[in-house]
Amino acid sequence: MAAQPMTPQELLLPVKPGFIMLTLVAALLANLLPWSGWALWLVPDFVALVVLYWCIEEPRKIGFLAAWSLGLLMDIADGSLFGQHALAYSILAYAGISLHRRVQRFSLAQQILHVIPLLLFTDFVVMLVRALAGADFPGYAYFIGSFTGAALWPVLYYLLKLPQRPRPDPDRV
Amino acid sequence: MEHTPPPLFRTGLTPLARLMIFAMLSTVLLIADARFNYLTPLRQAVGVILYPLQRIAAAPAALGKHIADFFVTHAALRQDNQRLSSHNLELAMAAQRTAALQEENTRLRGMLGMREHLTTPSVAAEILYAARDPFSRKVMINQGQLGGIEAGRPVADHVGIIGQITRVYPWLSELTLITDKGQLVPVLNVRTGQRAVMAGTGDEGRLELRFIPLTADFQTGDQLVTSGIDGTYPPGLPVAEVTRVERDTAFLFASIACKPLAAPSAGTQVLVLGPQPAQPERPEAEPAAAPAKKKKGKS
Repeated sequence: MAAQPMTPQELLLPVKPGFIMLTLVAALLANLLPWSGWALWLVPDFVALVVLYWCIEEPRKIGFLAAWSLGLLMDIADGSLFGQHALAYSILAYAGISLHRRVQRFSLAQQILHVIPLLLFTDFVVMLVRALAGADFPGYAYFIGSFTGAALWPVLYYLLKLPQRPRPDPDRV
Repeated sequence: MEHTPPPLFRTGLTPLARLMIFAMLSTVLLIADARFNYLTPLRQAVGVILYPLQRIAAAPAALGKHIADFFVTHAALRQDNQRLSSHNLELAMAAQRTAALQEENTRLRGMLGMREHLTTPSVAAEILYAARDPFSRKVMINQGQLGGIEAGRPVADHVGIIGQITRVYPWLSELTLITDKGQLVPVLNVRTGQRAVMAGTGDEGRLELRFIPLTADFQTGDQLVTSGIDGTYPPGLPVAEVTRVERDTAFLFASIACKPLAAPSAGTQVLVLGPQPAQPERPEAEPAAAPAKKKKGKS
């Protein structure tokens, strides 16, 4: 296989822990918005997406505890089984943290190809838990959210990187 | 044995070990919740933390509604007014008739020595959002324990029954819709007076009647109301309409699909009905020998 030229890595400012917190809370808020009807199927799990982003970008600054507690909050908000999202987000955090070196080296389009299976797997874990508790298969539309989530990855990547980009130097030619 | 050199940086447990710990914790919580229902206080505590976020998230929709309300045109208002006053007239007529009927009913009931139907206090609430759980059909409403809501209360909107309160937090409660898989509502066919049990299917807008014999008289378009036999739902409230009846002699029971009358969504005003008057005590169980004999005689 021909070696591809590596994309040059940007020099970025260190991310502030407060900003990570803020984005996680914003993702939680986005999940709690009163979605209804078809939007409910289409809307991705924003919390999962943002947790995955930080696990890949800053695996040292976000831990399992954050992912797990956010999962508990989601369980309460959805009135689902206590611990199902907690379990799914922990697994997602593990996948993100152990793959972060690899995923970071890929281009955005290739990163999406990593994100899709990870989000699908998270959905699958939730489905497995519910199946064990006696629920029916909710239909294939259940997995659409993962794909829209992955489609939002570049947007997320751009937005969450914004505060880390150094201001353009006015003296630079 | 090979020894790995001491790590240069202290990193704590490996990710895999951490995953194991948190997966175990989650599993314990899952089992405690699903099997034993131990976690109500914990749920309530986390619910309190989450409450401000839930309110903030519901705010844009409410604001949108306010703005839409503000821009209602004069013509629309007049039209509404006209329609409502004519409707009001109709209702007034109906109410007069109902008053007369009620009077007659009380008299007859008194004659029969039956207990009067109590009108129970109810609480008005609004649906905040639908839970994002595709495996169940639940919504959150903006009244909770502090509003006097208890688990098990039936909930109706202006059209009919929509569900039942299943969990109560201090300021919010979780309402399981009748379309949730596993929700059962005892109903009565208005046309024939036949009783049945209606079950949710987990799909929006689809309910089914269970265990109806093939020969039972059910037709498309039949109105179903609560029969009140369960002591949860008050009798006589509209629930659903029969949309399809299939009688296949290969099966023991007819397949009857229904459509719920109410279509709750975020922002819908609902009424949490009061607890139903206590049912009379169950009679003492008969001695075990008697039913066995009966069965033998039948077969």
